[in-house]
Amino acid sequence: MRAAVITFPGSNCDRDLAVGLQMAGAEVVRVWHKDSTLPDGVDLVGIPGGFSYGDYLRCGAIAANSPICAAVKTHAERGGYVFGVCNGFQVLTETRLLPGALMRNAGLKYICRTVGLEVAENASDFLHGYDAGQVIQIPIAHHDGNYTAAPDELDRLIGEGRVAFRYTDNPNGSARDIAGITSANGRVLGMMPHPERAMEPAHGSSDGARLFAGLIGSMAQA
Amino acid sequence: MKARVHVMLKNGVLDPQGEAVRHALGALGFEGVNGVRQGKVIELDLADGTSEAQVTEMCEKLLANTVIEGYTVELS
Repeated sequence: MRAAVITFPGSNCDRDLAVGLQMAGAEVVRVWHKDSTLPDGVDLVGIPGGFSYGDYLRCGAIAANSPICAAVKTHAERGGYVFGVCNGFQVLTETRLLPGALMRNAGLKYICRTVGLEVAENASDFLHGYDAGQVIQIPIAHHDGNYTAAPDELDRLIGEGRVAFRYTDNPNGSARDIAGITSANGRVLGMMPHPERAMEPAHGSSDGARLFAGLIGSMAQA
Repeated sequence: MKARVHVMLKNGVLDPQGEAVRHALGALGFEGVNGVRQGKVIELDLADGTSEAQVTEMCEKLLANTVIEGYTVELS
């Protein structure tokens, strides 16, 4: 299993995401935002957290129009896997690979703490490491994590089983408590919480490690 | 030539920053501020002959996120 992790100017979780994928057994290649192609044989693209391009204009907006993101869109349209965390989720909504948008937190404050997430009924490979309904502890660290979409879009996401995680105690005003969603084909996941920061007991929680292990395990079998 | 693009959250999208400004105005003693909406103004310095359609395309592709934002274009 080969994964590429993108670094934009201002990314700050790219190394953590790469290490998380490696701990689960993936071979990881690092990719720069100015690259216009992904390395050969990449199965999964990781879009890390941080503040790409200083969050100028809107979080993720400039990154979504960078050379590498054109290649990421092609990869996703071919059925490739894409995993966006935090700023990566914002990039995925800006590219329209995932619906909706992430607005300023309802309380206007940057929030950095561990939160409870309920694993939703979602058949994608990203959630193989968990049971539906299970509550896990994963850190969040964001200022713009307030997920919003039109009411009929939210109904459709819920109806199609595309919500991946829900906050147990909504920290940021997200519609329907949504913390993460998948694409229609289940191959693209965007989430605001940081599973790559919950990989071992010393991090305070190792619940994130199961996402990587479940994903890489199910991809290796495929 | 120049263009001025106004980007605003669409009606119905809650604007938490506008709400915070409204509360702050109330705290300063300004009464009767019933609502505040905060947006962005983007000024573009353009080559002569740039069409309004091209500016509209810039808005659609980058300047506004049309999931949550609307925009207007003024050319001068």
